Amino acid sequence: MNWTTDDTWIALTGALCALACSLPGCFLVLRKMSMMGDAISHAVLPGLAIAFLVTGDRASLPMFLGAAATGVLTAVFTQWITRFGNIDQGAAMGIVFTTLFALGLILIVQAADHVDLDPGCVLYGAIEFITFDTVRLGGWEIPRAAVVNGGALLLNLVVIATLYKELRLSSFDSGLADTLGFSSGLLHYLLMTLVAVTTVAAFESVGSIIVIAMMIVPPAAALLLTRRLLPMLLISSGIATASAVLGHWMALVLPPLIGFERTNTSGMMAFTAGLLFTLAWIFSPSEGLLKRYTAGAISESGSYPNP
Amino acid sequence: MLHEHPPDCPLSVHDLTVAYQRKPVIWDVDLNIPEGKLVGIVGPNGAGKSTLLKACLDLIPKTSGWVNIYGEPYRANRHLVGYVPQRESVDWDFPVSALDVVAMGTYRRLGWFRPVGKAEKAVALEALEKVGIAHLAGRQISQLSGGQQQRVFLARALAQDAKVYFMDEPFAAVDAATEQAIVTLLQELRNSGRTCLVVHHDLATVAQYFDWLIFLNLRVVASGPTAEVFNDDNLRKTYGGKLSLLDHAAEAIRRS
Repeated sequence: MNWTTDDTWIALTGALCALACSLPGCFLVLRKMSMMGDAISHAVLPGLAIAFLVTGDRASLPMFLGAAATGVLTAVFTQWITRFGNIDQGAAMGIVFTTLFALGLILIVQAADHVDLDPGCVLYGAIEFITFDTVRLGGWEIPRAAVVNGGALLLNLVVIATLYKELRLSSFDSGLADTLGFSSGLLHYLLMTLVAVTTVAAFESVGSIIVIAMMIVPPAAALLLTRRLLPMLLISSGIATASAVLGHWMALVLPPLIGFERTNTSGMMAFTAGLLFTLAWIFSPSEGLLKRYTAGAISESGSYPNP
Repeated sequence: MLHEHPPDCPLSVHDLTVAYQRKPVIWDVDLNIPEGKLVGIVGPNGAGKSTLLKACLDLIPKTSGWVNIYGEPYRANRHLVGYVPQRESVDWDFPVSALDVVAMGTYRRLGWFRPVGKAEKAVALEALEKVGIAHLAGRQISQLSGGQQQRVFLARALAQDAKVYFMDEPFAAVDAATEQAIVTLLQELRNSGRTCLVVHHDLATVAQYFDWLIFLNLRVVASGPTAEVFNDDNLRKTYGGKLSLLDHAAEAIRRS
């Protein structure tokens, strides 16, 4: 294996993106709306297409704003359909994002087929090539993807640190939050905005498979390992970082070993997250397979002792 | 029907109607609740009891009418109000400790952005002590029994230090010891001048626990001191032809 500076940048960018996704992901998992990241990452397509049609150019900012706006709209439409259509939230999400994704496809094929706005590229990204697109920052050549994902991470860190108490309250008991004067609707859309911005920042540079995986898998694994919110956020961050770094390393090391010609780093990072989840599932102190097995051997009961 | 709403009233409700998809759930509710009473809200399933509480707390939109807390709309006087939702309304697997949940009662005084500090934790611990489970403060809430979870919710309401409490079925599925602890707590609250509105299901205990009753079934059938309104006539009007319930009620009247 030959680990170069480029590989360091790829692993670092993957880690920044994984971290940025896993932070709001913890709250999504706790609110039982884990698939929101998936929905938003698909639903941003018409936003991208419309931004392109309006400006006629692939400049980053308008595309970013268009995508982020559609992302937030996904959350708004989902909420509407859930409330007025009396439909379960998962189904409402499915209706909204498939419709928006399809609309995006139609727009792209109709009006922008000749330019490089490739739906396939949107899905699995191009994290291997991030070092070809750099910006100068304080005398350093830094991949643009690292800057963008780092920015998303910083935004998530700041918002979650300042509104930790409010997000925890409204995720646990939205009714109480409202009666206390912390608008649960406002906090919901704030979280959805973070998810949308993070998703858009990530999927363009590293592909949406990482977004979907990192918003759900590290938080879900962390929830198996702890029963407190702050440790959950920290463990989830650790798993996200490890998935990205190990994932890229495995993408380099594994193919020759198993006789594959090449592999895909984004896919490998998501796959590693899945492996780490499996480990957490086996070794979880509360509901792990190992614990269940040993507890069953001792007392024949796999459940909690009744307090 | 009442038309006067004295401003010093902890809760006054005027011509309140709430409808879901054009179907009224509560209709033309008019109430004045005096201060320092334990108020029981009784009625059959689907009578709109929880809806009444939620509409008073601005949690669901009102179709018409208004609600005042001490003479002001809820928004202006929310610091005077404490809320105990139904136990099933939250996910008890959520990764927080009993102390974390109780400390949520102090958030309104804390306001936006300020984190929970030592003072808030002390308030929370004191509230847990009052409900008798201070030793479980560090437990994750799924590791508490149903009765203990209900006590956590009550402790959180105590930490809110409100003047009017709205409680949605605090006695639902709790053990006898917890039921007794809740009754004692309610009496302490009343004796210190607080007003508690409690949705209650057990007609056998309703006359014993509460000194004011609201009979609700879409409309207010009766509202007044227990001694005046707890009678066969009101029970029949509220519960209609549900005979087994009425038998319970008749027995309760004989006992009281």
